[in-house]
Amino acid sequence: MNKYMIYLNGKRCIGCHGCEIHCKSNKNLPVGPQLCEINHSVMVKVRSVPKTEFAFRSCYHCEEPFCVPVCPTSAVVKREDGIVYIDQEKCIGCMACAGACPWTIPQLNPETKKAIKCDYCMDRVDAGLKPACVTKCTTHALKFVEMVEK
Amino acid sequence: MKKSVYSICGMCTVRCPIRVETEDNKVTWIEGNQNLLGGALCAKGSAGPALVADKERPQQPLIRDGARGSGRWKEVSWPTAYDYITDKLQKIKSEYGPESVVLSSRGGPWQSMYKSFIHAFGSPNYTNHDNTCGRNTHHASLSINGVGRKGFVYDIKNANHLILFGRNMFSSLRIAENLQTLDMLDNGGKLTYVDVRQTITGLKSTRFLQVRPGTDYALALGMIHEIISREVYDAEFIERYVSGFDELREFVKQYTTAWAAKECGVREKAIKNFVSELKEDMPKVIFHPGWNLARYKDSFYASRAIHILNVLMGSIEQKGGLIIPKGPGDCGVKGIQNIDYSKPDIKRGDGVGWKYNHFDKGPGLAHLFFSAMESEDPYPIKAWIAMRHDPFCCMPDPRKQEKYFEKCDLLVSIDAHYSEFGWFSDVILPESTYLERDNAICVQKGPKPRFGRRQKALEPVNDTKPSWQIFKELADRLDMKDFFPFDTMEDYWKWQLEPTGFTLKDFEEKGFIPLSDKPVMYDPKELDGQFKTPSGKIEIISKKLSDAGLPSLKEYESPIRPPKGMFRLIVGRTAVHTHGHTINNPLLNELMPENSLWINVKAANKLGIKDGDLVEVASESESYAGTIPAHVVDYIHQEAVYMLHGFGREIPLQTRACHAGVSDQKLMENKLDDWDKAGGGINLAEVFVVVRPSIRNSARRVEL
Ligand code: SF4
Ligand code: SF4
Ligand code: SF4
Ligand code: SF4
Repeated sequence: MNKYMIYLNGKRCIGCHGCEIHCKSNKNLPVGPQLCEINHSVMVKVRSVPKTEFAFRSCYHCEEPFCVPVCPTSAVVKREDGIVYIDQEKCIGCMACAGACPWTIPQLNPETKKAIKCDYCMDRVDAGLKPACVTKCTTHALKFVEMVEK
Repeated sequence: MKKSVYSICGMCTVRCPIRVETEDNKVTWIEGNQNLLGGALCAKGSAGPALVADKERPQQPLIRDGARGSGRWKEVSWPTAYDYITDKLQKIKSEYGPESVVLSSRGGPWQSMYKSFIHAFGSPNYTNHDNTCGRNTHHASLSINGVGRKGFVYDIKNANHLILFGRNMFSSLRIAENLQTLDMLDNGGKLTYVDVRQTITGLKSTRFLQVRPGTDYALALGMIHEIISREVYDAEFIERYVSGFDELREFVKQYTTAWAAKECGVREKAIKNFVSELKEDMPKVIFHPGWNLARYKDSFYASRAIHILNVLMGSIEQKGGLIIPKGPGDCGVKGIQNIDYSKPDIKRGDGVGWKYNHFDKGPGLAHLFFSAMESEDPYPIKAWIAMRHDPFCCMPDPRKQEKYFEKCDLLVSIDAHYSEFGWFSDVILPESTYLERDNAICVQKGPKPRFGRRQKALEPVNDTKPSWQIFKELADRLDMKDFFPFDTMEDYWKWQLEPTGFTLKDFEEKGFIPLSDKPVMYDPKELDGQFKTPSGKIEIISKKLSDAGLPSLKEYESPIRPPKGMFRLIVGRTAVHTHGHTINNPLLNELMPENSLWINVKAANKLGIKDGDLVEVASESESYAGTIPAHVVDYIHQEAVYMLHGFGREIPLQTRACHAGVSDQKLMENKLDDWDKAGGGINLAEVFVVVRPSIRNSARRVEL
């Protein structure tokens, strides 16, 4: 079972796209790939105030990820705790994972010519920290939730 | 080697506290100071390392090698650049006097260094960018409260109701203030948002009042009318501290809610309901007096009316209200020392202090130097040093400004970025980025005051220098040897802290020195002496204004409607860019490479413009025009079009930003002289533009 998830409190999110840059800056990514994104719906009036909904998307870290089995070098790995990541040593940049993912989540890093995707910042998580996007969210709208089995 | 450094962000002028981790002179992690912001940072803050790495910023001193603005530069050493500047300055000084040199900056906590430099040189002409920012609100507050706009901080977190007139705070972003506002909303607080369009801030509001552009003053007057007639005010506070209330009561009789509703285009019931809520919410009510409002011709009076609304609520020095910022003295600590040179006893070139006596003499008003350049009255202006200030990007009509600046013998830009002004100037001195430089210790006043410090996280990666060193080295060559008698910033910090009893070690734990762990509050019944007006009261009728021939309570005048085929240009901000400074930042440019034109759906239909179409936006006489995509929306007033400030740059070395989007200040043709004689600010919102579908929207494309 997946142990983690990222939750967005839409009441606090201000659509500032900070999380997107926090992620890129942490992973030192060049212009091009973007591992998470904030989107919003068209404004509609709620009690005479035009409102919108914000949504955060990174990788779903699927229970049964499509990206894992297609990888010819077994570079895409699902960990015990559910995190799906791409081993940069093994990846050959064929992008089969992106083709298999229903949402085309994995992207090419033009500098390394390898596939990258959200890995829930597992180096940080393993060090007892929270993912970059969550730690630095401008309004503390993002939460890193650890699920406990009951 | 790994390091962790507490510092202060410099991607925008909010200057959030940060902590930076580095390894081998590279940033590996940057976050908001956990002790103050719980780690929070904005997109710009995280894009700081990308600025350091960017090669499209000045990397060594440059001297012009062609006509002004031709973009031809000679790369020179620092001594060569200094010699060039100081030779010219000496010559100008002996020929025209030291006062013919102006130094302008972006303002902020480190102004005293720049101000001291120009004063020590012998000129009274220090100015800053505030004429296009907060001057109207600042002067409004001074005229009523006797203290400037920074004379209060807002205890938003504990408020019951926050009212924002066009202050789009979730796009301008002050992280600490934003956190407070969201906490207030989480606790059931109310947010009333007034603007000509719906914004991110308005999305979070509990009441949204979309007004006709230029009618904020009418709405505020209608609110005052209703508040006074229903007696929803703090009579005791007014009795104790306020003069001129009776005149106010008489004055607003004519401005009924029905009238205001009609004038602004809102429902009368909305104003009445609002006032009913205030009754429950006071005194924990904050009317934000506008960071700079939108700078209509009556914004000074609109801001005064908003200040008056706060006074009526009796919210000063109340929890959840307006708090008088406390300094070291309030915590039994002696303040830090700063180098300080008193202003030479010479009339200012902008007329502030002798021709215009109702303005704050500190930074004067930058735009008033242009007429002095033209007429040489009171004396010629022959040199302009712009310290992190970009007059071409801040003030209207850069083409016209160029004509004035051509009269100067020396133009210098000191900046970490290429600025539009810098590109036109004679010398560019590259300042190190905020991650590569130290700045002086500053006092951060508030209910819990502290000392803050920007400390470099990196050694400069290019041949750039911190501003303190630039001014020191210039001063040394100008025979102002004792201007900054310190060799390192560390020596200066130590000297700054001497009177306080603290040492540099005290910064280590949290990145700042807290002066109090609990909010320091005055007794709201003992506020005498806090209002620095001539009478010591909060003055609704100001003698200073009357002496300048200006009314204190000005009759409302309805704003003119845009001429046929034109729209009122409204400009604003986004959370992902800082004015013109970040447009070329690789990561931020990727997020938002150009601006768009917001236009009302009905107005767009009439012009045959669909969402996403390219539109041409042109200035009044069409001498400047640019093409950007239209963003067709329901929630913007039909008379207005809106765009982001800072785009349409024309610096070829900024390859990402050059010619991307449309420049608002270039659309503001002939608006340099359109300024508010009462508030001092330039009327940036009194501009009309032509909008038409672009011919570039062709449906067919033929090749070969
Ligand atoms: S940083 Fe936080 S507030 Fe900003 S867009 Fe991302 S989730 Fe929303
Ligand atoms: S990349 Fe796609 S398929 Fe793989 S875990 Fe993420 S969402 Fe699932
Ligand atoms: S968890 Fe880490 S990798 Fe995933 S989106 Fe957030 S910052 Fe990026
Ligand atoms: S708001 Fe953003 S850019 Fe401005 S100082 Fe704070 S973190 Fe830096």
